[in-house]
Amino acid sequence: MSQPESWVEGQQLPAQTYRVTRADLIRYAGASGDFNPIHWSDRIARSVGLPGVIAHGMYTMALAGRALTTWAGRADAVVEFGVRFTKPVVVPDDDTGAEVVVAGVVRSVAEGEAQVELTVTSGGEKVLGQARARLRVAAPSAGPTPGP
Amino acid sequence: MALDPSVVGRTYPPTPPYRVGREKIREFVAAIGATDPAYTDPGAARALGYPDVVAPPTFPIVLTLAAGHSVIEALGIEYARVVHGDQRFAYTRPVVAGDELTCVCTVEEILSRGGHDFLTTRVDVSDATGAPVVSVWTRLVVRGDA
Repeated sequence: MSQPESWVEGQQLPAQTYRVTRADLIRYAGASGDFNPIHWSDRIARSVGLPGVIAHGMYTMALAGRALTTWAGRADAVVEFGVRFTKPVVVPDDDTGAEVVVAGVVRSVAEGEAQVELTVTSGGEKVLGQARARLRVAAPSAGPTPGP
Repeated sequence: MALDPSVVGRTYPPTPPYRVGREKIREFVAAIGATDPAYTDPGAARALGYPDVVAPPTFPIVLTLAAGHSVIEALGIEYARVVHGDQRFAYTRPVVAGDELTCVCTVEEILSRGGHDFLTTRVDVSDATGAPVVSVWTRLVVRGDA
């Protein structure tokens, strides 16, 4: 994969495939503090009209974020990141779970930053809309702002 | 029940400081399956210019989810009717272990369309010095009775 410094407009970024199982959702619930039962109980998910347990939207967004930092090659590359949750990712209670595929294309590159548009699908259907990010693709000249 | 549009522009009091722990970041990173060493190895984070491990881009939801819930409660919204519509993060800098972060939540927009209400909140997250770290927009869809 080419270095982000050499990205050009229109460039396709290599699709990343992630597998999501029920165990992943339980772990994400604990780590994020989002214990909404539609993410772990089929009974409750069905009672609100869902086909079954669905992944947290924020879990799917986190996977898209993994793709962004993987492409950029830096943990701190993301400057801005937004998505719309358009379709739930249904996660069956089996050992294979669901697959989430994150593809991206570079829309523009200017002043050390790249605009990336994401296509995020599960089972061939788009699950995120208007998924866009602004990434830092060149090392900041003055260094990052120090933390605490 | 339509949401009261007069709350648009209302800003809620700052939340108590949240201290970002190295192990909390590690737990979140393990849950999303990320592997960049700057998330877990302080040495790798220092090599990027940070004082301690860096949090992944969506980590601030851990703080802002709770801040948003208090607004939902204050507005009397039934949580079972709430669906996450949109989410956006705009960073001044990444969240780093050791940060003491405070959230200030503002109601940015309320729309009613097709029998549903749309509530957009912005949470401004700042550090112990008051410097901005990240702004987090969440749009919730409150489903109507129809």
